[in-house]
Amino acid sequence: MLKKRSREDAQINGSSMADIAFLLLIFFLVTTTINVDTGIGLVLPPPLDPEVEPPPIKQKNLMNILVNTQGLILMDEKPTPITEVASTLVEFIDNNGRDPELSDSPQAAIVSIKTQRETPYRIYIDMLDEVMGVYKQLRDNASMANYGVPYGNLQDGSDRQDAIKDLYPKKISIAQPDEG
Amino acid sequence: MANFKKKQAGTKQEVPTSAMPDVVFMLLFFFMVTTVLREVTLKVKIDLTKATNIEKIEEKRLVSYLYIGPERLPGNQLGDDKVQIDDAIVDDIGAIRNLMYDKLVEEPKMIASLRVDENSEFGLLTDVQEELKKASAFRVNYSTKRED
Repeated sequence: MLKKRSREDAQINGSSMADIAFLLLIFFLVTTTINVDTGIGLVLPPPLDPEVEPPPIKQKNLMNILVNTQGLILMDEKPTPITEVASTLVEFIDNNGRDPELSDSPQAAIVSIKTQRETPYRIYIDMLDEVMGVYKQLRDNASMANYGVPYGNLQDGSDRQDAIKDLYPKKISIAQPDEG
Repeated sequence: MANFKKKQAGTKQEVPTSAMPDVVFMLLFFFMVTTVLREVTLKVKIDLTKATNIEKIEEKRLVSYLYIGPERLPGNQLGDDKVQIDDAIVDDIGAIRNLMYDKLVEEPKMIASLRVDENSEFGLLTDVQEELKKASAFRVNYSTKRED
């Protein structure tokens, strides 16, 4: 009566595991979007306290850029084609007191961008991009002269990066558009 | 004639495949971890503009998005410019202050990423920015594509 029980194999067949894993892998491969967010970073100023007077700014340290809805640019009252914006800005920021009409030093220079409410966002970003490009160029030049590497290659938070940042602080003011 | 028998190496010809599931699983986990499944359903149309001098946002978890663009209406029509935060359109601009302030409390190093349609008017954007200032969310990023 002793029946010999045929023992079933206790192992799970693992050969299809690879197939399952491949299936999942392909699903995640297809759904993954490794897109890096890119954009123009900016730090907004704190809101103005109506009771506190804003600190006085010397007019020569301020570059007023006005952009209208058609993308026409006025830089300190002078109409400027977009191709000359960069060179005018470099002159203004990197003046170091040579021209009494322009900024005292890069640290004191403030670039103010003002536009109208109806201006398309694209035109505003183009203008901001142009200003950012000027600062990048100036920082790169200073970094190359001092350390022999472009600004982007300096380590984040290092003393050298901070030194260049202090040399050319990005002082960009986004002015409130006039009503109407 | 037996001498002409082809000499074969003693090793097996097969590639061992027993480690393949491990390799595949490793890849699988990598993609599972990097995948962001939850995408916001956009209720506004966003065509990003292009710029050259842009920076990458390395830490995505710091970012909270604000979408500004013409509202998508049924039947492929576009309405007025609206602001969308998370999944909902915010009609009351003044409410952005509280929304963003709550997010800032959760993540003090928050970056507000403004994804604005290229044809939107600057006026709405500046209103949103004023609200961000009042919410003390000073770090912003204008989302743009890279110019080729």
